[in-house]
Amino acid sequence: MFEPQPKGSLETTSDNSYFFPDYRSTAFRSPGKALVMAPAGLTELTGPKFGHGDVRDSDADLTAHGSGEPIGERIIVHGRVTDSEGRPVRNTLLEVWQANSAGRYIHQVDQHPAPLDPNFVGAGRCLSDDDGHYRFVSIKPGPYPWKNHTNAWRPAHIHFSLFGRAFTQRLVTQMYFPGDPLFFQDPIYNSVRDERARKRMIAVYDHATTRPEWATGYRFDIVLGGTQATPFEDGDA
Amino acid sequence: MSEYTYEVTDVAASPGQTPSQTVGPFFHYALPYDAGPRVAGPDRPLAFRLSGRVVDGEGDGVPDALVEIWQADEQGRFVTEPGVYAEVAGAGFRGFGRCATDPDGWFELRTVKPGCVPTVEGRQQAPHIAMSVFARGMLRRVVTRVYFDDEADANAADPLLASVDEERRATLVATGTDDGYRFDVHLQGDDETVFLDVGAR
Repeated sequence: MFEPQPKGSLETTSDNSYFFPDYRSTAFRSPGKALVMAPAGLTELTGPKFGHGDVRDSDADLTAHGSGEPIGERIIVHGRVTDSEGRPVRNTLLEVWQANSAGRYIHQVDQHPAPLDPNFVGAGRCLSDDDGHYRFVSIKPGPYPWKNHTNAWRPAHIHFSLFGRAFTQRLVTQMYFPGDPLFFQDPIYNSVRDERARKRMIAVYDHATTRPEWATGYRFDIVLGGTQATPFEDGDA
Repeated sequence: MSEYTYEVTDVAASPGQTPSQTVGPFFHYALPYDAGPRVAGPDRPLAFRLSGRVVDGEGDGVPDALVEIWQADEQGRFVTEPGVYAEVAGAGFRGFGRCATDPDGWFELRTVKPGCVPTVEGRQQAPHIAMSVFARGMLRRVVTRVYFDDEADANAADPLLASVDEERRATLVATGTDDGYRFDVHLQGDDETVFLDVGAR
């Protein structure tokens, strides 16, 4: 069995429910039976490795894939990926996707009446560096309506997918923007019931990262769990 | 006013693990890729089709799920060369696979049966593949293991299978087909798949 998680200075997420009634799609997609503790096997404690063959520099610039500039507020999003002991998670893959500045996804399922932007796809990739640092250039996504309940709007967000060092660390989350007026009515953001944990998903406006006359900046640090039992601490070199 | 209203205060974030959020309905242009389902190359001996259906609590296929697997090779070794996006050539093997479900909830991967890998305590385990499933309507992934129905002796000695109620054990075991194995994932209900806590959420 997994050893009990050592109590470091950092909290793990404590809410393990898959069901949040306000987010209606969870009703038939949430397991109802208790999770089974898995013995710590080497399959779960290893994971794919990533290299510079996986990404091109331009993959980290979501504004660079059209014949012109996408419409919207250009932003730099950066941060550090660490484990729950504060160690950098190096050379790990980050995949991001988002709506355009009008709140429209290029995905065919999104048909709400906002314009597509011919110069914006809204998907990117990068690797963290030797210090766990990553950086994307994008435009600020708009909020968009969804049909969870009457007049429901998603706060502006960027989807993040991370692998970490091991299968146990795999994380898909969403990054939000500080001061968004739509937090009060969003069941997805509020599905994290601990407000102090929920706030970890909000980026910090980072004036030091702005580029004068070009882009504003946000910092979003990401802490992955699940490595305490990992036998291959820095086997990703 | 809104049907759902949540309190928003000025409390600061506490340090800790970044919470999971749903993958949502719009990941298809960002996460799946053509080579994703092919974990083993076209010339890999004994490679097979691992297919199955992700089903919700009403028995409907989940058309917007993403299935990922990670596994050892036939000798129980893990791939350490970098690279997940490139097509696996020849008799190559990548260890990692990713497949979005189709409109009826089906996924299909091409891989091999892994060799045995032990627990960290050195206990032997039956051959198995680690699987994650993400979907709209799921706050976080579910994690399970794919065992094989033609490994009865190894399965009988496997510590995880032994810890699962006998009537639920079969949900972790893929069944042989003409050209591989089938492994369905039931997210909810009487035949719900056994999902695992692997120490991170």
